[in-house]
Amino acid sequence: MSITKTPNGYTLDDSGRRVVVDPVTRIEGHMRAEVNINEDNIVTNAVSSGTIWRGLEVILKGRDPRDAWAFVQRICGVCTGTHALTSVRSVEDALGISIPENANCIRNIMQLSLQVHDHMVHFYHLHALDWVNPVNALKADPKATSELQQKVSPHHPHSSPGYFRDVQNRLRKFVESGQLGPFKNGYWTNPAYLLPPEADLMAVTHYLEALDFQKEIMKTRTIFGGKDTHPNWCVGGVPCPINVDETGAVGGLNMVNLNQVHEILKQTKTFVDNVYIPDILAIGQFYKGWLYGGGISGQNVLAYGDIPERANDYSPENLLMPQGAILNGDLSKIHPIDHRDPEQIQEFVPHSWYRYPDGVKGLHPWDGITDPHFDVSTAKGTSQNIEQLDERASYSWIKAPRWRGHAMEVGPLARYIVGYAQGHEYWTDQIKRTLSALDLPVNALFSTLGRTAARALEAQWAADMQLHFFDKLMTNIKNGDTNTHSGEMWDPADWPAEAKGVGFTEAPRGALGHWIRIKDTKIENYQCVVPTTWNGSPRDDAGNIGAFEASMMNTKVAVAEEPVEILRNIHSFDPCLACSTHVMSEEGEELATVTTSPVGL
Amino acid sequence: MPVKETFYDVMRRQGITRRSFLKFCSLTAAAMGLGPAYAAKIANAMETKPRIPVLWLHGLECTCCSESFIRSGHPLAKDVILSMISLDYDDTIMAAAGHQAEAIVAETIEKYDGQFILACEGNPGLEQENTGGMSCIIAGRPYTEQLREAARHAKAIISWGSCASWGCVQAAAPNPTGATPIHKVPGIADVPIIKVPGCPPISEVMTAVITYILTFERLPSLDRQGRPKMFYSQRIHDKCYRRPHFDAGQFVEHWDDEGARKGYCLYKMGCKGPTTYNACSTIRWNGGLSFPIQSGHPCIGCSEDGFWDKGGFYNRLSNIHQFGIEANADEVGMGAAGIVGGAVAAHAAVSALKRSQHKGDE
Repeated sequence: MSITKTPNGYTLDDSGRRVVVDPVTRIEGHMRAEVNINEDNIVTNAVSSGTIWRGLEVILKGRDPRDAWAFVQRICGVCTGTHALTSVRSVEDALGISIPENANCIRNIMQLSLQVHDHMVHFYHLHALDWVNPVNALKADPKATSELQQKVSPHHPHSSPGYFRDVQNRLRKFVESGQLGPFKNGYWTNPAYLLPPEADLMAVTHYLEALDFQKEIMKTRTIFGGKDTHPNWCVGGVPCPINVDETGAVGGLNMVNLNQVHEILKQTKTFVDNVYIPDILAIGQFYKGWLYGGGISGQNVLAYGDIPERANDYSPENLLMPQGAILNGDLSKIHPIDHRDPEQIQEFVPHSWYRYPDGVKGLHPWDGITDPHFDVSTAKGTSQNIEQLDERASYSWIKAPRWRGHAMEVGPLARYIVGYAQGHEYWTDQIKRTLSALDLPVNALFSTLGRTAARALEAQWAADMQLHFFDKLMTNIKNGDTNTHSGEMWDPADWPAEAKGVGFTEAPRGALGHWIRIKDTKIENYQCVVPTTWNGSPRDDAGNIGAFEASMMNTKVAVAEEPVEILRNIHSFDPCLACSTHVMSEEGEELATVTTSPVGL
Repeated sequence: MPVKETFYDVMRRQGITRRSFLKFCSLTAAAMGLGPAYAAKIANAMETKPRIPVLWLHGLECTCCSESFIRSGHPLAKDVILSMISLDYDDTIMAAAGHQAEAIVAETIEKYDGQFILACEGNPGLEQENTGGMSCIIAGRPYTEQLREAARHAKAIISWGSCASWGCVQAAAPNPTGATPIHKVPGIADVPIIKVPGCPPISEVMTAVITYILTFERLPSLDRQGRPKMFYSQRIHDKCYRRPHFDAGQFVEHWDDEGARKGYCLYKMGCKGPTTYNACSTIRWNGGLSFPIQSGHPCIGCSEDGFWDKGGFYNRLSNIHQFGIEANADEVGMGAAGIVGGAVAAHAAVSALKRSQHKGDE
């Protein structure tokens, strides 16, 4: 039992009752959360543990850098493609390869479609059940639900009383079957659920509508990349040629495909505007008194930036998603980011299941070491049956990345905070409208609700930006530019003996970077620092807690046995645990000692 | 499959009394905050209209299989989940968490012993476990324990995707975690395993495998490697719409060249279609919209065992040691622009031979 103060301002008290949630469900991958709660059911200590490790980077070693995108794409099938894009950028950076403008447009549309898809699926299918009670929806009056729907979203066509009655009947039949499927053992009698039955019915209806519609969003990626999940990419451009004029147009993007893409982009925007955004505001209306979960978002946030307006320019001025770091909540100062500076991004392992050599503290990804060392000897239980983790020792397969020594939050909220600080016009306008609609002050952004809202706003922006890049692509084609691949340096015979590069993107979950070293045309070293490594990190050597842990702190739990509030906070980050763990081996070293970055890809 | 047997019948057969059964129904209703009237409706449903329970377990994986599954256009994922199966455990979408989630596994095993389908996404990493540690932890314990326990009581296992079927990316050399496909996990129960490989499998293939089982009340017929014949008995190359260009010796030589724009064959760009058994060139992806070759990228062979370690995605197949015969086919194809018919016949014969060799390797 002890009370500890962390450098980033939290008082950790582990004297109260310990509540364990393992597995944390409705996430990608596997994680465990443990909290202590006091007699008032307030969380006084929080522990988050990544419980999966896959070792992907060691696998990349010695392979063709042009193949790397396919390997790292399999880091995560939920944010599918974003690792591939980061990878081809890292190789292009290392080899000095530029890509055509059309390739930039197509890559941006693919990346933006992922933002929309991932955010929407996250909200409706991973996060909504923290706020929405499907069983309560059975008590709704379909007519009142119809009125609610028409009020919050007058343009959405599916709003008749009969429509909601049909959905409710289907739901009733499902519940009465006694086989509750994914809804089984939910906390449906928990007082933390605040929606009236009509709002629950509307939201459950949209859970199903979104499940139907999400598959449309990704069809653009099937057209450009051949399949989805896991579309195809290539170093130097995009694989799909354009052929709108000549013989054999079926071999490339032709007018039919382009029309399909355009149609999907328009439908996507309509769905986000008519369903996703209104739902966030409607549900937010009932939960706006529940402003827990801000964690470190009011202090330290980090955004790498993404979506280059023009090809090949990754300077902050050319990125439509902003880049920068905010420290100590000072929105008047945006700190610049340099991915190559060994002093900025570093990873620590004192509380992770890895070892560094004696005397080594933090390591930049280009110099990282990953030496797996699973040890739960001080935890309660056994090494293959953990009852309670010991957060004073190692307790996670995730490393602890820090920016200039600070624990940082990344993701949609971090991006929107940086954008707000920077005066990003579109985003600032969205934030103001949302806060005004909910009658909340700016500080309300720093919360679980703010994180969930930022994700929706970003989906709306991304839906618009997809259309922007589609227009740009069509203008280029009209002007006679149909290039999709530069052809530069494709042949390894043209490469320098040694090269190193970095690629970065904003994955739906946050800032993502890949660092590559190439030697004699093969990968010598490959490392990824991924969003969930930042957010889900355990404590560092100074004792700073990470964003997940901070978000759980001081939250009040209505029923300790049903910690839906803990799930809410963690889910609001959209955790991706397969992303967060990985290993890399150094030249000539045995497999047990591996070099690299964050958590366990 | 005795699907005529309702879950009530199963429970009675296992010695559960009607009184206990009704109590279970009451508790289920109460747990949802519903009145006593619902208990009777639940009881009625369980006596007459069972949906087959599915436990969908996740090991070391990337969740691309789940993502593919929800992209199914026919049937819609929504309809599969609401009306066809009872997806009792799937930690990616289930409402319950922690011990309430794990209780479902135990309950399903107890109530539906031998009646449920175990859907496996991902695989276990045995390296850490063999040395007393864990690299995939569920409820504080190794995922492999959960897997073995569920398998012991399952009617059948579906190995979704290349992870569960073959090992996939985490099993690529040097396989640091000791990732092991489901059928090779030591101690895994001897129940039928249906492999549905691909990274991921095609959405509609996934839902078709499930609906086949439900509709025809039997498991699909499998090839010798355990894959449904209806989707995995032909190579992508066999049915590729670009095949005439292969036979005519018309190839893409570089990205975005004239051949690429005209849709020529991607063989020289490294296409693995000639050695990959999957339905991409027939069923295609996301509602039949496209497939990798149609969108200009060579097939990387993602449904094949060990496809990560077959020599680079952009290297021509002739570079592979075992590919001597297909290299001949390439040469035949190259020189055969004027005698296409003969080339096709020669190629088909070689293909048949190659296929029989492939099966002999198992």
